[in-house]
Order: sequence, then structure tokens, then C-alpha cells
Amino acid sequence: MKIGVVTFPGSLDDGDAARAARYAGAEAVRLWHADPDLHGVDAVVLPGGFSYGDYLRCGAIARFAPVMETITKAANDGLPVLGICNGFQILCEAHLLPGALTRNQHLHFRNRDQRIQIENTQTAWTRDFTGSQEIVIPVKNGEGCYVGSPELLDQLEADGQIVARYVGENPNGSMRDIAAVRNEAGNVVGIMPHPEHAIDLLTGPSTDGLGFFTSVLKAYAAASVPAPYQPGVVPPAEDAPEEVEA
Amino acid sequence: MARVVVDVMLKPEILDPQGQAVANALPRLGVSDVASVRIGRRVEIDFSGEADLDRAKEIADKLLANPVIEDYTVRVEQ
Repeated sequence: MKIGVVTFPGSLDDGDAARAARYAGAEAVRLWHADPDLHGVDAVVLPGGFSYGDYLRCGAIARFAPVMETITKAANDGLPVLGICNGFQILCEAHLLPGALTRNQHLHFRNRDQRIQIENTQTAWTRDFTGSQEIVIPVKNGEGCYVGSPELLDQLEADGQIVARYVGENPNGSMRDIAAVRNEAGNVVGIMPHPEHAIDLLTGPSTDGLGFFTSVLKAYAAASVPAPYQPGVVPPAEDAPEEVEA
Repeated sequence: MARVVVDVMLKPEILDPQGQAVANALPRLGVSDVASVRIGRRVEIDFSGEADLDRAKEIADKLLANPVIEDYTVRVEQ
């Protein structure tokens, strides 16, 4: 399986995201913001950082990058896409995910190991977790405060689109402690903390983050398996030769 | 040159921590009669020809403002 990692001007965590993809057993393919070609990848990670200097709003300019036009189309067709931190902001700006990310309520950049609870495992990126599993991965953001109208938040809760919530202190003031959300189909996930920094005990607080990357490999493997045989169901014949009367 | 001014403000229901921080600093200036401060963004667009208000609205809607959290107004500067 090939996982593409996009580099925008100002991306910082693209190297770690590619490394996480390799740790999980995938081939990491580096994608460039100005190149609309996805080079045959089976999933895409939008990494953290400060694309285009965070000018205007975080992710507002990256949304119009040539590669994003292709990714937006592919995501609407089911391509698994994970946006981490700045990637989450880009997905919200591109309207691939609901809501928006704003300045941390306390105005401070927050950088620490964060406990979160996985709430929804019906996504391409979280199926390797168990429901309500708690994990610890780093959080590091200045504009990670997730906001949406009360109606939107109620709807996300009802539809199971909240993928993870902060446990303990909320690091940025996100409404309803939301740390990660998904689209309706479950192929697009945005997360503010950084799973790609928690894949090896030498460099991270845990290896919990690897689960996001092994999840997408499993989703890919499941999608590649032919439909199981069902007794009594006759598959339609393809190109069946017409019967010739003698 | 024809200038169009776009004002972008956070929607009233969205918390503005920057505005709050400024409001909280005002007592240090001896100002005590300010109820709230909200901070937005003013964008000046200079068209090379006539001021195109519709074009400016499109720019504001697609790029300058995020309609999920922000409102905007567009006007030709006289």
C-alpha cells in the first residue's frame, strides 16, 4: 500500500508522517503541493506545520494548492485522508470536514503529551483501536480550538462523527473537548494532536499513534479482498457467449 | 485605482480570545468603561480598473473569510 504525504511550503511534520507510514508497513510517497498528480497513492496524509506561513487563516491558502484540488475530488470518491494539526485545519478550510479551528482560548502555544479517548472506530484511520480506548500522543498547536454551531456539534455527536476527545485538561478550549472528527463516510479524519510523533518509544511518549497508520493498511486490505461467496447468489456472467442455435 | 475594502469579523457567538486579552489590559491604561473588545481584519483590494464589488464579494467569500466562523462586509472606498 502507498501512503502519500504532502509537503506544502511551511510543512514541518511531513518527515515524521512518512516515517510513521513506513513503520506501519506502507510505502511512503512524498507529494508536492504544486503537483496535482497523486502518483497512484492509496491514502493521503496532510501533515502538521505552518503551510504558507499560516497567513490569513491556518490552512486557508493551502486549500487552493494544486494538489488539494485533486485530493478534494479523490476524498469525495472515498480516498482515505488523514489531516494532522495543520492538515486538520486545511481539511476544514477545504470543507472536507465540518467546523473550524481557531486560536487557542488561552492564547498560548501548547506543547505536551496529551491523553485522548478514541470514540469512533468506524473510520479508515481508527479501525485498529477499540471503542473508548485511551491513548497518549503529543499535542502542539496555537490554533487548535475546534468550534462549530451547537446544532452542528449535536449532529456530529448523534452521527458518531466525533473520533476522539481530550481527556483531562483540554489543551486549547475545543468545544466539547473535541480532538478529532471524521466526515460522514469515515474516509476523511482530522486530528489536532500528533499520532505520527508517537510511533517509537525512542522519540515519542508511546507507540499509540501507530494505530492510525496500521488502521488504514487494514482498511486497504479489507477493500482489496473480493466479496465473500454467498450461497444462492449467482454472479452475473461477464461477456457470456451468446448461445447459438444449432 | 479603485479600492474595495473588506472587513472580516468573527461571528458574535465565536469567542475572540485576542479581543478579550486587549479588554483585560485596558484597566492598566486607566480605562474602566469598556464592556468588550473584538478584533477583526481589514483587507484593501485595489482593482487595476473599475472597482468590481461582485468580484470582491467572491474573493471575500472563498478566501478572505471562513463563513463557518466569520462574517464579512464589502464596500467601495470613496
